Amino acid sequence: MFSAAAAGFVHALRRMGSRTTAIVSWLGYATRFSIAVIRETPAAFSRFSLTMREIYFSGVLSLVIILVSGLFVGMVLALQGYDVLQRYGAAESLGVLVALSLVRELGPVVAGLLFASRAGSAITAEIGLMKATEQLSAMEMMAVDPLARVVAPRFWGGIISMPLLAALFSTLGVFGAYIVGVKLIGIDAGAFWGNMQAGVDFRYDIVNGVIKSIVFGVAVSMLAVFEGYDAKPTAEGVSTATTRTVVESSLAILGLDFVLTVFMFRGVA
Amino acid sequence: MSASIAPASAPPKAQSDFAVELADVTFAYDRRPVLTGISMQIPRGGVVGIMGGSGCGKTTILRLIGGQLKPNSGRVLVAGESVPDLDREGLHLMRRRLGMLFQFGALFTDMSVYENIAFALREHTDLPEELIRDLVLMKLHAVGLRGASRLMPSELSGGMARRVALARAIALDPMLVLYDEPFAGLDPISLGVVGQLIRRLSDALGITSLVVTHDIYESLKIVDYLYFVSEGKIIAQGTPAEVRASGDGFVRQFVDGAPDGPVPFHYPAAPYRSELLARV
Repeated sequence: MFSAAAAGFVHALRRMGSRTTAIVSWLGYATRFSIAVIRETPAAFSRFSLTMREIYFSGVLSLVIILVSGLFVGMVLALQGYDVLQRYGAAESLGVLVALSLVRELGPVVAGLLFASRAGSAITAEIGLMKATEQLSAMEMMAVDPLARVVAPRFWGGIISMPLLAALFSTLGVFGAYIVGVKLIGIDAGAFWGNMQAGVDFRYDIVNGVIKSIVFGVAVSMLAVFEGYDAKPTAEGVSTATTRTVVESSLAILGLDFVLTVFMFRGVA
Repeated sequence: MSASIAPASAPPKAQSDFAVELADVTFAYDRRPVLTGISMQIPRGGVVGIMGGSGCGKTTILRLIGGQLKPNSGRVLVAGESVPDLDREGLHLMRRRLGMLFQFGALFTDMSVYENIAFALREHTDLPEELIRDLVLMKLHAVGLRGASRLMPSELSGGMARRVALARAIALDPMLVLYDEPFAGLDPISLGVVGQLIRRLSDALGITSLVVTHDIYESLKIVDYLYFVSEGKIIAQGTPAEVRASGDGFVRQFVDGAPDGPVPFHYPAAPYRSELLARV
């Protein structure tokens, strides 16, 4: 009886140890991969045409979803904001409410989530398929480092695209709020823009928003290239990796947003 | 333990003439042994085949030679250099001197046929674009696909893709080309074309060719020497004539295409009768 319990305990301990070892090993591999990608940064910039191509695929081709989403988020924000603000006689503050919401939070976060879904998943699928069809191995056997030729340009293309997309998202959001608030509801245009100009601080609001979007760009791009490179070379493996990219990127964006907000905006209000 | 079909006919050249040498190579994925005591010598300029069933470790041999894997023990030499001991730079230099044709071509799908072949030339040389163009057209002409230079890989048939991959493998005039299942999934005409191209290009350019395949008929037409691998060991070797005349059970099963023999038809299982009568 006792020996059976002891054997069960040892078995459970072994399983726990095995899982812990696997997690630590995976973390070590992911860290080494990240360092290797960052070390290939000169390759991404010395042949900037490769990175430009990735900016096109990650950034330009994401424009439709980003611009349309930004416009509608801004319009909805204006409707909801006006509904609350007019109860307190503060409808003139709609401009600043929308601008701060977009620049500080919604711009980087929603654009980041959309970027992860549109561009992050595409990067993972592309690299995963290149692995599954032995294109990465072929490159390696041609004495061309896939990290320098394939991974680093996609990583930096994502980082450069992300803040630009977030800025465009916020811009279209403000424009959407203007259409609803000023053109449809009838808020004074001078008050809308004037309060916005007075209430938005360049250093605390805009720069911090840009920093957030850059951090999200780094997180999404690194997760996307890693999941693609680490994907099992099968159809199922690529599909799983693509899903993991979207889920992990979304969680990373939400978690990082909370941490960054705590450090950036404490005491400001 | 290799059951040599004709030990006297094993590659007769001096050691310095070998493009590739494997000596007592052992390799395992984690704890699963894949290769055990593999030794082979590939003479310069020869076309040598490695045959065996799926999963017997043939492709692993190519990956060891290309430096993508390191053996657990034994020596892997390419042109006299120990591959596992090469540093990153040394490995890159060695790989510039070899080409590899992958099972399904592994063409870069976002590049045209022309761009695929120009890829290595652009990466490793400072040649002017006019010269690169001439070289690409020459390589494509050699495989009969000069007219397909503008096509994308998705527009090629399996046989054409394999020929483009062959042109890409010889783009830098390598001293050694590794072929991983070059005949897999090809129709009889494409199969014959690819087989003859391997032989003709090897002879014309003085390339050493190592062909991993399970296509016995096509291999016997083009190779100078054959190794048979089963369960990670070399179990037979010889020239095509010796293989045809061999009485070895494994070789005969391969040559005759017999469904049962040393390589059993049935995957190991409990006795049929006992399984059928077992209570569910």
